[in-house]
Amino acid sequence: MAAHPEAPEGSSSTYPTNPANPSEPPTAGWPGIARDWSSDKDAFKQVPWGKAMMWIFLLSDTFVFTCFLTGYMSVRMTTTAAWPNSSEVFALTIAGQEIPLILIAIMTFVLISSSGTMAMAVNFAYRRDRRKTAVLMLATAAFGLAFVGMQAFEWSKLIAEGVRPWGNPMGAAQFGASFFMITGFHGLHVSIGVLYLSIVALKVLRGDYERSGNYQNVEIAGLYWHFVDLVWVFIFAFFYLW
Amino acid sequence: MEHAQGQQHPISLYLKIWGLLFVLSTLSYLVDYFHFVGYLRWSLILLFMILKAGLIVAIFMHMAWERLAMVYAILVPPLCLLVLIGLMAAEADYIFLSRLVFFGQG
Repeated sequence: MAAHPEAPEGSSSTYPTNPANPSEPPTAGWPGIARDWSSDKDAFKQVPWGKAMMWIFLLSDTFVFTCFLTGYMSVRMTTTAAWPNSSEVFALTIAGQEIPLILIAIMTFVLISSSGTMAMAVNFAYRRDRRKTAVLMLATAAFGLAFVGMQAFEWSKLIAEGVRPWGNPMGAAQFGASFFMITGFHGLHVSIGVLYLSIVALKVLRGDYERSGNYQNVEIAGLYWHFVDLVWVFIFAFFYLW
Repeated sequence: MEHAQGQQHPISLYLKIWGLLFVLSTLSYLVDYFHFVGYLRWSLILLFMILKAGLIVAIFMHMAWERLAMVYAILVPPLCLLVLIGLMAAEADYIFLSRLVFFGQG
């Protein structure tokens, strides 16, 4: 039974090899994952530690926000009183016409635009175009400020209409608690993001990253900002549209 | 285009994704505007939400180009949350009925 000749030593690899460096272990697919995780030291190869840590922070934040949204789901499914119709609660009268959810829609577009400018800022940062990077980051922060401003407007409007964490005139009492908790925590993230982006933008302008030539910090700040946008996608779907 | 320097992708890609996110947001807003109800509404909302979230994570956050070891380390743990959501949804009936009994409504 010599149908299977022994493979010569060293050429046994059935795994895909790393095209950049064939002598390196494979990076693709499950064999790559197994090798990365079983190497007794850094599992996240070629990923700067700052970026890996930001991702792990964002993972923990995902759990926090999902717990809030799950709590909201629980109260919404179990209240005996009717849930307020968000389409009407968040309607705005513009030029004598009542438009449902319009402010929330504008806030969504503002936040998506801020993500777009942030993505481009990361790009210019790696090209070491400091001025464009800083301008785009400050534009992102300005969009963030606009978002928080509109949120403040929305909060004061609802508070004026009598919405409180313990009750409201429109229906189920838990509406206010869910609303203030979820949008408040998200707004806090946006506000902190505005500060964070402004600080990194100023550091870029000042040339702090020029000596090392490493603009990773811009991408890491970008990760945080995109996450804030990501959370809003879920809040928009589940809290406002559902 | 050196690899150590980090993610480098054409600006036009970001602009396209930006446009796509605008379109998807408009569509999900229109779901509310045209008063779709029931399963049609919920499935459309979920569809647009997942597409938007996927685009943001994959392109804007560069997950599509990260090493798989990290992609799975970040994206698999949130699946636990589906268990939590499932449990809470399964309990909802029981809590709802208890509330009906205690508050004497219905």
